[in-house]
Amino acid sequence: MRTFVGLGNYLTMIQDQVFWDTIGRSLYFTIVSVGIELLLGLAIAQLIHSRPWGWKFLRFSLIIPWAVPTIVNGAMWRWIYNADFGALNGLLMQLGLIDHYVAWLTLPNMAMNLVILADVWHTMPFVALILQAAFATLPPELDEAAAVDGASALQRFLKIRLPLLRPAILVALIARTVDAFRVFDIVYIITNAGPANKTMTITYLTYLNSFQYGKQGIGAALSFLISFFTIIMAFIFIRFLYRPEETQ
Amino acid sequence: MKIPRKYAEKSFLTLLTLPIFFFIFFPILWLLSASFSTQAELFSVPIHWIPLHPTLKNYLDIFFPNQATSSVPQTFAVALINSLKISSAVTVTSIFVGSIAAYALVRIPFRLNRPIQLGIIATRMIPEVSLVLPLFIIATSLQLINKPIVLIVTYLSFALPYAIWMLIAFFGTIPVELEEAARLDGCTRLGILFRVVMPISGPGLVSTAMFTFLLAWDEFFYALIFTSTLASKTAPVAMAEFIGRYAMNTTGMMAGGILAALPPVILAFIFQRYIVSGLTAGSVKG
Repeated sequence: MRTFVGLGNYLTMIQDQVFWDTIGRSLYFTIVSVGIELLLGLAIAQLIHSRPWGWKFLRFSLIIPWAVPTIVNGAMWRWIYNADFGALNGLLMQLGLIDHYVAWLTLPNMAMNLVILADVWHTMPFVALILQAAFATLPPELDEAAAVDGASALQRFLKIRLPLLRPAILVALIARTVDAFRVFDIVYIITNAGPANKTMTITYLTYLNSFQYGKQGIGAALSFLISFFTIIMAFIFIRFLYRPEETQ
Repeated sequence: MKIPRKYAEKSFLTLLTLPIFFFIFFPILWLLSASFSTQAELFSVPIHWIPLHPTLKNYLDIFFPNQATSSVPQTFAVALINSLKISSAVTVTSIFVGSIAAYALVRIPFRLNRPIQLGIIATRMIPEVSLVLPLFIIATSLQLINKPIVLIVTYLSFALPYAIWMLIAFFGTIPVELEEAARLDGCTRLGILFRVVMPISGPGLVSTAMFTFLLAWDEFFYALIFTSTLASKTAPVAMAEFIGRYAMNTTGMMAGGILAALPPVILAFIFQRYIVSGLTAGSVKG
């Protein structure tokens, strides 16, 4: 039988240190992975825009990590990090950087960063592809005029191209942040929230409560909070970054 | 000899692409190489980057499973077909229903038009994890757990809004004048949609179909919760199932991983010129 508990589930939740820890980890995952994806994606988009030899092949190559399914990506990286026969150990050993195989995923301070690396491989191309398409729409005259006026390459990038790219960056930022904050699949497959819960995110905690601990009430309260946070984040981005006149 | 400045600059830029190529290709090529290895060779130290004795056995076991093969390839054989069926059903339904819905929202002015469009975008904000529990309870009481239909219907809950939203953007670019001529010839609204609008929206439909297929193919969370029997699992669930116990048949799993990655990668290559417009249209709704 169900009894109405009012805000009981929310009270139980916020008094639990585990809840705050998972919020912290989800935020860490979101900030670090989206931050790296944005910087790396922007750098690669600019590089493609600068037309090195093979730029078309580079753009073409970005499609591969983007199209690989999330779970295959997670499984692949779990094998790469494997303690006994993983490619990471194999590579570092041959380069002479380590002298014995390391059980990477059991290192409490490494695990989350390794999950982030796997996520970056899969989702950075999404950001790079969107941004390189945005670069292609920029009028070259602006850049040339600034160069004639004596602006350095860095100044042209920061003062001319970056502001014009704001709408595209916003699109990538919202989409990636909303997804990253709800991260589940890749954590489930690479670490199973381990070692010692060091990679347990808020969505993983919700999954555990709903389907492993049999605490559906807490699970529902948690998932409501995730939706709430997501909407707040999207709102903040739109409020501070979106200027309607620029998108036209 | 003095190297021209432009030439030096281009060489430097090209040099910068090398670490990016390494980062992109190192993981996937290793997965590919491992899928052609024997278990013994995969477990060897120091690592064999390219198998000395490459084998097709891992793939053949999945394509032609028999009594002798381990449970890994047997499960993958079933799971890949399940994924293919479910993703295709979701894609076809999304395009058909989505076209009708998107056309109505683009062309017919009615009172709730705008609120409905916004409602469709808003569904994206709700995390899967908050829908899965009520859906699980409903599916259990209807005895639909482990049946493909439950995944098809559930996937439509996110694939259909996505398809409608993309198609609204594509249909919106078609000039009304084109339809008016057909209308004067006595064509109905549905007739116009199927005979005029859809045929000239080819690229839009293709791009929407590809994204819808990728969404359904990639889905893991619902499938994890809604399937428990071997016969009902999708490829991502099969993958997750075996990953924990690597003593079994690791190379078989790697071949399964490559096969699970192949359909989306091939689709993305064939339709690569539609990817960017789709990415942008799809994420604006976030």
